[in-house]
Amino acid sequence: MDLKAIAIVVSYIILAPVAGGLLAGIDRVISARMQARRGPPLLQPFYDVFKLFNKENLVVRRSQNFYIWFFLAFVIFTGALFFSGGDLLLVIFALTLSGMFFVLAGYKASSPYSFVASQRELIQMMAYEPMVLLCAVGMYMVTRSFYVSDIAFSHKPLIIYLPALFAGFVYILAIKLRKSPFDLSLSHHAHQELVQGMTTEFSGRALAMIEIAHWYENVFILGFVYLFVANNPLAGLAVVSAIYFFMILVDNTFARMKCRFALESSWAMALVLGLGNILVLFFIKR
Amino acid sequence: MNLLLFLIGFPLALAIVLLILPWVGLRRALVRIGAIVLSIATISLLTLHFSKDILYFDLGSGLINKAMIGIEALVCAYIIYMSVRFKKYWAGILSLLQTAMLIVFELSQGRAAHVEHNLFIDKFSVIMALVAGVIGSLIVLYATGYMQQFHHSYHKGLKDQRRVFFPVIFTFLSAMFGIIFSNNLVWLYFFWEITTLCSFLLIRYKKTAEANENSFRALTMNLLGGLGFAAGIIYLQHFFGIAGLDQLLMANKTGIMLGVVLLCFAGLTKSAQLPFSSWLVGAMVAPTPVSALLHSTTMVKAGVYLVLRMAFVLQGTLCGFLVALIGGVTFIISSLIAISQSDAKKVLAYSTIANLGLIVLCAGIGTYEAVWAGLMLIIFHALAKCLLFLCVGEVEHKIHSRNIEDMEGLIVTMPKLSIMLQIGIAGMFLAPFGMLISKWAVLRALVDTNPLLVIFVVFGSAATVFFWVKWMGKLIIVSHPKPEMESGISRWEWTPLVLLSLLTIAICGFFPLVSSNLVEPYVIEIYGKTFTMSAGNIHIMSLMLAMVMLFPLSFFNYGKKVKVVDAYLGGANSESRTEFSGFRGEVKSIELKNYYLMNYLPESKLLRLGVLVTVIFMVLMLGAVWI
Repeated sequence: MDLKAIAIVVSYIILAPVAGGLLAGIDRVISARMQARRGPPLLQPFYDVFKLFNKENLVVRRSQNFYIWFFLAFVIFTGALFFSGGDLLLVIFALTLSGMFFVLAGYKASSPYSFVASQRELIQMMAYEPMVLLCAVGMYMVTRSFYVSDIAFSHKPLIIYLPALFAGFVYILAIKLRKSPFDLSLSHHAHQELVQGMTTEFSGRALAMIEIAHWYENVFILGFVYLFVANNPLAGLAVVSAIYFFMILVDNTFARMKCRFALESSWAMALVLGLGNILVLFFIKR
Repeated sequence: MNLLLFLIGFPLALAIVLLILPWVGLRRALVRIGAIVLSIATISLLTLHFSKDILYFDLGSGLINKAMIGIEALVCAYIIYMSVRFKKYWAGILSLLQTAMLIVFELSQGRAAHVEHNLFIDKFSVIMALVAGVIGSLIVLYATGYMQQFHHSYHKGLKDQRRVFFPVIFTFLSAMFGIIFSNNLVWLYFFWEITTLCSFLLIRYKKTAEANENSFRALTMNLLGGLGFAAGIIYLQHFFGIAGLDQLLMANKTGIMLGVVLLCFAGLTKSAQLPFSSWLVGAMVAPTPVSALLHSTTMVKAGVYLVLRMAFVLQGTLCGFLVALIGGVTFIISSLIAISQSDAKKVLAYSTIANLGLIVLCAGIGTYEAVWAGLMLIIFHALAKCLLFLCVGEVEHKIHSRNIEDMEGLIVTMPKLSIMLQIGIAGMFLAPFGMLISKWAVLRALVDTNPLLVIFVVFGSAATVFFWVKWMGKLIIVSHPKPEMESGISRWEWTPLVLLSLLTIAICGFFPLVSSNLVEPYVIEIYGKTFTMSAGNIHIMSLMLAMVMLFPLSFFNYGKKVKVVDAYLGGANSESRTEFSGFRGEVKSIELKNYYLMNYLPESKLLRLGVLVTVIFMVLMLGAVWI
């Protein structure tokens, strides 16, 4: 690993939670305006997390928080690997690994609510994984490389080659960003216990860590979106912002869907949009 | 050469001795010594053959060929006897057909086609020998302890047939070595049929109606494959004078395709690909060591071995593409079925079929990258799957169930076994463990050749994540207090379990060595170039492995700085930690049951779909020969 990569990794580890927290703040402000409320201050997410660190650590099972530690560690690892230009397939596998630790935390807590949510989370993982892998495959077919660094600096407008894959990726984005209609396992809107799901039995520092992991994850996901338009940084930033705004809009306009719909529709998207795009590319390239 | 003969001959001789010796204690000691000797012999094969490339051995074949014909006739007679006795006539007919075909052919013109070398060894054989020899011996060691308990504590009504059991297992291993080292196709076929017979005998060990039924299903399906094998041999010899594997790889592709497809057909039946998957699922009625043997080291691995040997010929052909499709369909269908299964052994069976599908997919693609991935899959899968089977066998003895739902809280009741189970599960699907390295390679191999096939891998692997994680989660849930019950497991069972767990982890750390010393030389031999994982990615994998390995350390922090409270039960918690008041005030206990999506992913419907699709592919495969 060269110095540049190390610099990127270090700055990612430090800056990503700041950016992620700000994004969460923006989300809350915009959401509030959409609902004609005034909303909290921009920095409210940071206040919340700092407050959580001072709270008492309540657990059901004594080892449940260990899984959260590793969840956070592997989320950071995923992002670091991504932003330092690593192999996109390994990035996706690391993402799955982190997701698995989170799910196991929900299982370990041995509470009915986190248990149900864990399985919903698993179904969601099953729903989005094919689409993400297909995006990586599509990017490989255009740039002939799986390395994020090669893809980012390929000077090819990936979004022109991969429009359907991009649309499909935006579709499953709601799952990863934990937005309605697919915030089945964990929602930021505390409507019902079942929906507060995964975090039902986590409090204090563990809950703060889950929130921070979520921030890291969001930054990574938006980085993935940026990859589609990486040839033009300005347009890239515009697209990422537009997509984030769009997701907030969707979050505020859609009702929650059922798990089965999340799975079926994501797989259908992956099959139609993902495979379709890849086949078109394959035959054009030949 | 001597070592090869030893590996084939020693287990066979041992089997005969075990069959004759009257003393139980001596027999048991001999089984254990035999297993240890066998594993030492395979490891020394590795060191002796470390730097050498491919070696061919000539062996006077006149007498041996005659003996083989004699034994084949005997086996055929036995199968016919059994099939008449149990009124399963198909097995008898199939066996009679192929044996008669081959014997007539051998006697009439077998001598016309000359095989220069009957035996050979290359790096692929070494890999297979290590899998069969080392893991196989561990299974035998485990079985000596397991079968003792099986009869004395858990299945008292059953007739103790260990006197036959171990000789059959050793014959099985001997035949497996025979398959691995044979260059002569007729020899390969001979050993192939012996494994079919041995698996039949082992599956019907319990002699119940179900065992009988399933053993005949396995027998019939594998004999069908054997028929394809025999037809393929005759076709290749009669029209092209090809009688050895080496000649097959060097021959011109166009004409021989029918023969290759027939051999692949045999491989597909043996490796339980759809539409033949049901025999392997049925085979789980046998005692656990048998399942472990069938699933990880012998039998199904012989199937994929043959198909992978054909990879070079299949590469870039329509037939190859269809073989890959069969593998791909098998991978995704059986992964989806595994989601709906709650029987642990059945989940393992479907996951084996799925992974074999992935290997077949690699073989069908046949590029050097794909073959690299396929070989790695064989190694990783053998270790992790063997470990899982042996653990489940032990757990079944203790909790008298193999339902995954009953394994709740195993981390408390059987801590060591549950950790081993988790290692095995992680080895099956999780980064940075073995299978994932191969999956990564499969994806890379596919995007360069045929992106259409990527679909099978991405959807299939998403399904595998679901059923493995929910099993793992079930192991660590602790809702109700339970006593520890991990006693009464002998060291003959512990030792193989511990060794397998360590190997499963170690192989992930040392896979670059395995790759550069065993897998890559073979790929270079065949293709002239090879595939390697870049150094950067190896470092990332090792880093991930190291991070995961840190997880047990977190238990030093166990219970510190936390306050334990009851789980949230809708605000209606009652006195006990795991009970709540229902809406009429009655006290109910919580129950946590996994999702199986049984109505959503029904086994029978999925199977029917898979069988239909793969049968069409198989028919097309026969048609594609002429293109």
